[in-house]
Amino acid sequence: MNRLLKTREIWLALAILAVIVLVTFRFPRFSQPANLLTIFNDTSILMMLALGQMAVILTRSIDLSMASNLALTGMIVAMVNAAFPMIPIPLLILGCILVGAALGAFNGILVWKLDIPSIVVTLGTLTIFRGLVFVISGGAWVNAAQMSPAFIQLQRGSFLGLPILSYFAIAVAILVYILMTRTPQGRAFYAIGVNPTAAVYTGIDVGRTKFLAFVLSGAISGLAGYLWISRYVIASVEVASGYELTIIAACVIGGVSIAGGIGTVAGALLGALFLGVVNNALPVIGVSPFWQMAISGAAILIAVILNARGESRKGRVILRRAEGVA
Amino acid sequence: MTDTSLHRRLPDRLDTPLKSAVLSWETLLVLVAIGIFIANSIASPYFLNAWSLSDMTFNFTEKALIALAMALVIITGEIDLSVASIIALASTLMGLVLNQFGAPTPVLVLVGIFTGLACGAFNGWLVTGLKLPSIVVTIGTMSLFRGIAFIILGDQSYGGYPRDFAWFGQGYVWWVISFELVLFLVAAVIFYVLLHHTNFGRRVFAIGNNATAAQFSGVRVDRIKFVLFCLTGLMSGITAVLLTARLGSTRPSIAQGFELDVITMVVLGGVSILGGAGSIIGVVLAALIIGLVTFGLGLLNVPGIVMTIFTGTLLIIVIALPILWNMWKARRA
Repeated sequence: MNRLLKTREIWLALAILAVIVLVTFRFPRFSQPANLLTIFNDTSILMMLALGQMAVILTRSIDLSMASNLALTGMIVAMVNAAFPMIPIPLLILGCILVGAALGAFNGILVWKLDIPSIVVTLGTLTIFRGLVFVISGGAWVNAAQMSPAFIQLQRGSFLGLPILSYFAIAVAILVYILMTRTPQGRAFYAIGVNPTAAVYTGIDVGRTKFLAFVLSGAISGLAGYLWISRYVIASVEVASGYELTIIAACVIGGVSIAGGIGTVAGALLGALFLGVVNNALPVIGVSPFWQMAISGAAILIAVILNARGESRKGRVILRRAEGVA
Repeated sequence: MTDTSLHRRLPDRLDTPLKSAVLSWETLLVLVAIGIFIANSIASPYFLNAWSLSDMTFNFTEKALIALAMALVIITGEIDLSVASIIALASTLMGLVLNQFGAPTPVLVLVGIFTGLACGAFNGWLVTGLKLPSIVVTIGTMSLFRGIAFIILGDQSYGGYPRDFAWFGQGYVWWVISFELVLFLVAAVIFYVLLHHTNFGRRVFAIGNNATAAQFSGVRVDRIKFVLFCLTGLMSGITAVLLTARLGSTRPSIAQGFELDVITMVVLGGVSILGGAGSIIGVVLAALIIGLVTFGLGLLNVPGIVMTIFTGTLLIIVIALPILWNMWKARRA
C-alpha cells in the first residue's frame, strides 16, 4: 500500500528528470544548478497554490476562485502600498494572508452553513472577486513606479543563493506538510474525503472541516497575491486570469484525486514542478510557445489516465500504525 | 463530480408532487426575470423597443444553445468544461478550410459541426471508455483543444468569411427575429421533449440519481453519457458556426471563459450540480435572465467585468434563497 502510494510520486519525479535530461542533451546549460533554481523559483507560486487547492480537493470540494482571490488581494495590497509606502512589508504580507483567508472563509461559510456545492459557490465568487478588482481599481493599473522599492525587492533578495520567493514556497510546503501528516485537522481532511459518513461517526464536523480547507486555500491565495504582484510588478484586472484551472491541473498531475481523500504534499509539489519544468523547457528546445497549452493539456490527460489505475482501490488507510497495533 | 455521498439529498422533486415542485423553482426565475425586465425599462428609455429586445437575445442565444446540452450532462452528474475550447477549435478549422481551400459556406458549416461532434466524442470516450472523472478530463481537453487552435493559428486570425456565411450569426428570419433566436427556440423545444417526454430523458435522470441502480435496472449508463458528451460537442460546434459568423473572424482566444457562463446558466436554471434534478424550462429562463441582466447593465454603461459581479451574485443568491427559506421554515416549525 505504502509502496504503491510512493511509486506515484517517484514516477512523477522520474518524468521530471527525464524531461530535464532530454533537454540537457541539446542544451547542456538547462540542467545547471542555477537554471534549475530559476525554474524552482518560477514555479514557487504555483506550488503554494496547488497545496491550498489540494486541501480543498481532499475534502471532495473544489476552489475555482483561487486565481480571482489572488488578483483581488494583489490589487488591494498594491493600492495600499502605492498610497501608503511607509507601511512595513511584513505587515502588508500579513494583511494579504488575512484578506485572502477572509475571502476563502466567505466561500467556506456558504459551503458549510448553506450546504451549497463548492463548485457553484466558487464559480460565483470567481466572477465576484474578479469584478471587485475592477471596482476598487477603476480598471487602472498599479505599475512598478507606484510600488515602493521594498515592496518589489523583498522576494528578489536571496539567502544562501536561493531567492526569498522560493523560501515562501518551502515554508508553505513545510507548514502544509505538518498540517496534513502531524495534526488531527490534517487527518480530518483525508477522512471526510475518503468517507464523509464514516467521518461523521468518528466525530468529525464535515462542514467545519471543509470551511477550514477553504480558509487555508484562501490564505495561500492571498499570500500568492502579494508574491505575484511584486514579482511581475503590475497589478491589473487581468492578473492570473484563467489560472484556477492550471492550479487544479497541477494537483491532478500530482496524483490528487478529484474524488477526494487521496493526495500528498510531495505529489502536489511535483505536479506543479512538472508543469514548471515543461513550460521552461519548451522555449529552450525551440518549441513555439503556442504549443504550450496543447502539451500541458496532453500532460493532464496522461496523468489522469495513469492516476485512474491507482485510484481503483478506494481510499487510503490513515491510521496505519494504530491499525497494526489492533 | 465531487460532493457526492453525504451531501446527496434526494431531490425535493421526488417527494413532492412533481408539478408543484417544478413550478416553484421556475416561478422564482420568472419573478426574477420580470423584476429585471421592469428595472431595465425604468433605468433606460432605450430598452423597450423591438430592436433593443432583439439585440438583447444575442447576449445569450449562443451560450444558451450549449447550456441546453450541458444541462443533460450535469443532470447525469458529469460536467463538460471544454465547450469553449471546442468552439475555438471548430472555428479555427473552419477558418483553415476557408483560407486553404476556399471552401464554400455549406462545407464550412459541416466542418464546424463535425469538429464539435468529434471533440465531444473524444471527451465521451475518455469519460466512459477509460472511466475517468469528467471534470479532470475536460480540464485536460480544454487545454488540448484550444492548444491545437493556438498551434494552427499562432498569433494570426482568419477572416474573409463569405457573405452568405455571415447570415448564420447576423441574419434575421422575420423582421427583428434573428436566425440565432429561432435556432435556439427550436433547440429548446427539442431538448425539452428529449429530457421530459422520452425514455432517454428518464434514463438521464435515473443516472443522475443513482448511476449504479440505473445500471442494474438495465440503463446503459456509459452509452448514454457518451451520447450526451457528443451532444454538448455538437451544440458547441453549432455555436462555433454562429459565433464565427457573427464576429466575422476567428482567433484562438475566441469564446474564452464561455464554459463558466454556460455552467452558470445551467445551475441558475435549477439543475442540481450533484445530478439527478433539473428542467429545460429553468435553463431557458436562466439564459433569458442573464441576457436581460447583461443587456440592461450594458445600457447603463456598466463595464463588462462589473457585470460579472452581478451574474456571480445572482447565481449565489438564487441558489441560497430557497435553502435559507427552508432553514427559516424548519426553525419555525
